Amino acid sequence: MKSVLSLQVALFVVIVAALAFLPVFASPYGLTLMIGMLGYVTLATAWALFSGPTRYVSLATVAFFGIGAYTVAVFSESMAYPLLLLVSAAIGLLVASVVGFATLRLAGVYFVIFTFGLAELIRQLVTWYEVNMTGTLGRYIFLPVTPEGIYWQLLGLAAITFAISWGVGRSRIGLALKVIGDDEVVAAHCGINVARVKLALFAVSSTIITLVGAIQAPRWTYVEPVIAFNPTVSFLTLIMALLGGANRLTGPLLGAVPLFLLFEWLSANFPNHYSIILGLLFIAIVFILPRGVLAFAEENWKRWRRHEVKTVPGVAE
Amino acid sequence: MTDLLTISGLTRRFGGLTAVDAVSFSVNRGEVVALLGPNGSGKTTVLNMISGHLPPSGGTIALSDEMISGLSPNRIALKGVARTFQLVRGLPSLTVAENVIASLAFGHRKLWGAAARTEALARLEEVGLAHRADQSAQDLTYIDQKRMELARALAAEPELLLLDEWLAGLNPTELRTGIELIQSLKGRGITVLLVEHVMDAVRALCDRCVVMNAGRKIADGPTEKALSHPDVVTAYLGGGHA
Ligand SMILES: Nc1ncnc2c1ncn2[C@@H]1O[C@H](COP(=O)(O)OP(=O)(O)O)[C@@H](O)[C@H]1O
Ligand SMILES: [Mg+2]
Repeated sequence: MKSVLSLQVALFVVIVAALAFLPVFASPYGLTLMIGMLGYVTLATAWALFSGPTRYVSLATVAFFGIGAYTVAVFSESMAYPLLLLVSAAIGLLVASVVGFATLRLAGVYFVIFTFGLAELIRQLVTWYEVNMTGTLGRYIFLPVTPEGIYWQLLGLAAITFAISWGVGRSRIGLALKVIGDDEVVAAHCGINVARVKLALFAVSSTIITLVGAIQAPRWTYVEPVIAFNPTVSFLTLIMALLGGANRLTGPLLGAVPLFLLFEWLSANFPNHYSIILGLLFIAIVFILPRGVLAFAEENWKRWRRHEVKTVPGVAE
Repeated sequence: MTDLLTISGLTRRFGGLTAVDAVSFSVNRGEVVALLGPNGSGKTTVLNMISGHLPPSGGTIALSDEMISGLSPNRIALKGVARTFQLVRGLPSLTVAENVIASLAFGHRKLWGAAARTEALARLEEVGLAHRADQSAQDLTYIDQKRMELARALAAEPELLLLDEWLAGLNPTELRTGIELIQSLKGRGITVLLVEHVMDAVRALCDRCVVMNAGRKIADGPTEKALSHPDVVTAYLGGGHA
């Protein structure tokens, strides 16, 4: 067991190190693609950190992503860059704590609707503030951050997110999340402080999502509420995590990579029908692979193995 | 003998319905007490208030002189109360062993890793389920799910164990093992409050019975005496029970 573990850690370090050298070889377009992909891998993994085991389906992803991006836009001229990221993370954490405290009592579809409403509410608030207080709608972001710099930061954040997700999955709190996902009443009777566990993980997940928005913001140079708080981000994150399987460490990654590439290709080639295709895909995934590709593959593997055993003569059932 | 559980004036209303109406009784340390009564008389609601699943509308619950009424279930669990549910509640996405580890990891012992696994297997062995430890909990039969739920409750090493019709639905052989199992808890210093319709089991196990009807307590005393109380006989005949 120990050696399997160190092998996994070694593999992880090698992959991250290899990815760190990618900007040396990649074209500018390749780098742009990698930034987008890393962003979604991180979003989907962070989303699944909370929503996977607890089954609280959140559509607030873009609320936090947008908060990160907007914080950077608002303070880009008054703060040093590292401080900008810290302030974004702090605001994300604060909003997540307040929102989590108020809403994690909601169950099922009410939580889904609330989180969707939250993202819209924040977008409207920011728009109202910009129009009435600053008299503009959009903001320019001038920051001396190179695409390579953004890539490396996202890679670091992705690596940290994976490490957190891995650690949580093996720890007591990971079990607590699964118990909560199965039955909150039983969870509480086992001694789990259900509200505190949910709040803690929602806050961690949301803070990571905020940081993705903050790190990616300088790529845009110009932001408006409609861009920063685009609900498609929430839906894409959700569908990526679901496709790969939100209950496994690498599930969101396996969903995010192909879907990101597919969406890039679709939006380049079918800009007018993009959202229709997206909707159809969403429906197809939920119907065909409700528990994700990994679970699907595993079940079929087991079935196949069972079949193998049965066909060996002399083996009793 | 000292009181472990002291309930006084306990009341619970659901809208206009008073499901539990000013009920008072106590359970001594080390006793096995039955809470009896026809269906709908409020037994489960009493257990729900003791375990913290429902807050009382009135009255108090004390566990060895400490007020627990109105506390959240996780706090009450940590004070030494464990339970099973009338409609069994397994954790379907976990294995059988993980179901038990859930109460080991977050209960007062905070066991984790190999120690938790060993302990979980021991508790499963006790209920005759060790051979299913690594199966998915959702593949268990109803009876085995009940066993698993009991193992989960026992793993918390409770001072007070609440069983809600745990013996219901068992066949005669299983019933005998079940009764022996509960009997053995007595020797371990676990106090048991059980809701049960199987009268043979009540007679075999219980020192004392508290009988309820329509939310009120109608009898409280040594088993045979409580069961032959005229009000109890009427309530049971009226309630459609033998
Ligand atoms: N959560 C609830 N909401 C509304 N009514 C309830 C609830 N729980 C129990 N009741 C009602 O309270 C009464 C007592 O129920 P219960 O305690 O389950 O009885 P018992 O366990 O003795 O069969 C019943 O009339 C039942 O319908
Ligand atoms: Mg009942």
